[in-house]
Amino acid sequence: MSATLHPASGPAKDMRVAAALGRRRRATSHLVKFACYGATAVGLLLLLSILGTLFWNGFAALNLRVFTDMTRPPGSEGGLLNPIIGSLIQTGIGTAIGTPIGLLVGTYLAEYAKNSPLANAVRFVSDILLSAPSILIGLFVYQILVVPFGGFSGWAGSVALAIIVIPIVVRTTEDMLRLLPDTLREAVIGLGAPKWKMITLVCWRAAASGIVTGVLLAVARVAGETAPLLFTSLGNLNWSLSLSAPMSSLPITIFAYAGSPYQDWIALAWAGALIITLGVLGLNIVARSLLRRK
Amino acid sequence: MQQAATLSAQTAPPPTHELRRGRSSGALGDAIFAAACRSAGVLVLLLLGAIILELFLGGLQAFRTFGPGFVTSTEWDPVQEVFGAGVSIYGTIVTAVLALIMAVPLAFGVAFYLTELAPAWLKRPVGTAVELLAAVPSIIYGMWGFFLIVPFMSTTLQPFIIDTLGTLPVLENLFAGPPFGTGIFTAALILAIMVLPFIAATMRDVFETVPPVYKESAYGLGCTQWEVVRSVVLPYTRVSVVGGIMLGLGRALGETMAVTFVIGNANRISTSLFGPGNTIASVVALEFGESELGSLKLSALLGLGFILFVISFIVLAASRFLLRQRLKA
Repeated sequence: MSATLHPASGPAKDMRVAAALGRRRRATSHLVKFACYGATAVGLLLLLSILGTLFWNGFAALNLRVFTDMTRPPGSEGGLLNPIIGSLIQTGIGTAIGTPIGLLVGTYLAEYAKNSPLANAVRFVSDILLSAPSILIGLFVYQILVVPFGGFSGWAGSVALAIIVIPIVVRTTEDMLRLLPDTLREAVIGLGAPKWKMITLVCWRAAASGIVTGVLLAVARVAGETAPLLFTSLGNLNWSLSLSAPMSSLPITIFAYAGSPYQDWIALAWAGALIITLGVLGLNIVARSLLRRK
Repeated sequence: MQQAATLSAQTAPPPTHELRRGRSSGALGDAIFAAACRSAGVLVLLLLGAIILELFLGGLQAFRTFGPGFVTSTEWDPVQEVFGAGVSIYGTIVTAVLALIMAVPLAFGVAFYLTELAPAWLKRPVGTAVELLAAVPSIIYGMWGFFLIVPFMSTTLQPFIIDTLGTLPVLENLFAGPPFGTGIFTAALILAIMVLPFIAATMRDVFETVPPVYKESAYGLGCTQWEVVRSVVLPYTRVSVVGGIMLGLGRALGETMAVTFVIGNANRISTSLFGPGNTIASVVALEFGESELGSLKLSALLGLGFILFVISFIVLAASRFLLRQRLKA
């Protein structure tokens, strides 16, 4: 019936050609979908493989001594106490310096400058810093803090980490503040409050969980950073809490130990790698669940 | 008259005085807070300027000594004090591009799966897993690559490739040499795994910006899922997808620790992908400890840093430009 009505239309003219075409199109689609399932499986397997290797080698080397003993020469049993403490100190100070600056910049972009040329420039630069090679930040801090002040120091390491923290906090702070409805701001201003009180007492509080997420993600990022510490805090195999002396850190110690020919050092490197990865991934999961609850 | 004036001054002013003080303290607070925010913003601008300037000044001695030849020269001889950036620039670009060639199809597959194929209950866990892959520190990738991938490459994959592809006329140069396990190809492979989650997450985000009506129309015309993605989703998001790939490229160019572990660290250009090499970041990380303050070598390393910064800046700026329109909307 339809064949007589539309003699020129291809599919109706020859059902077999139409069926073959449909089969081919469906087959192509299935093939591509199959490849995509495969790609996702490869991605998940890689994550499993990394975690599996870490757990396998890390737990074998993990014991109480890792947390209570200092780093020692190969052959004598040692732990990772000073690198762990050094990492905590530098990550803590780096976050403490970087967070307020990032918070203010994010506030400036979301509440004050919005789309002015200066704001666009700041946003652009912050995005560049977010993805800039971290080793270059280490070189920069070496030039401005290590050379003039005559030596590697925990301060220099902390500042290098702070520079990495800033753009992460900027991005999340701006995004979270922009999500707030303007009616909230209008209500506060309508009550006669000055703008700075509106921002600090209302906007920051309303966006608090998002901002905290950004800070946690920043901590997770810098806790595993190795390259910026190579030329700033250098690493220290002795016990030292002085911020003006070279300071030990977990990633640097892992780097040094993993490349060494000593089995006990390599085992300690795996233990350190497990500690860092669990910490970083744990922080990420906490941060994401915090955001989701919002 | 005067008394009246003083009287009114005594009675009337208090409220206005109070009011003015209230307003001025708010204005003062506003001025201080706004100034603090603006100066923090300017500080970020200055920070980038200072990074570029310091790296350039640090490299000045090397730029002066070797001239423009610094960028192209492939010689790196600390004993003779001759330094050229050619080999490490070559290694940086080759590993990053190879990494993208491997990572982009995989990332597309993951993004396609997450936006079109995955059942609703699997989307979140798989998406989170991909994001966790991005959060693993690069030193961990380095260790994993060094202790797991390098042995696998040297005992299994590389001998296999050398025996099969390595016997073909043109490819034999690309896959020549002994199977050390380390080398440019292994570094590119690790880099590909590291940038995969970044590219996949960006692609997923831009795929989700496609208005459902467009896709529904295509489905309504009888398109298969692949045809919808190829003819509707990809054309609509083309610019942003390229931006996401550039973002991955920017990450791959500056990656340090993972590459340092597996690239083999030799300062020569090898025609074989299995040969050792180096990248700007790996040279800086490894040779920095052996260079003295004020030496020409240190200046050459800082100059390398400057070159890497310029390359990354261009790539990241392009990526941001391409991604801006879509993700802002």
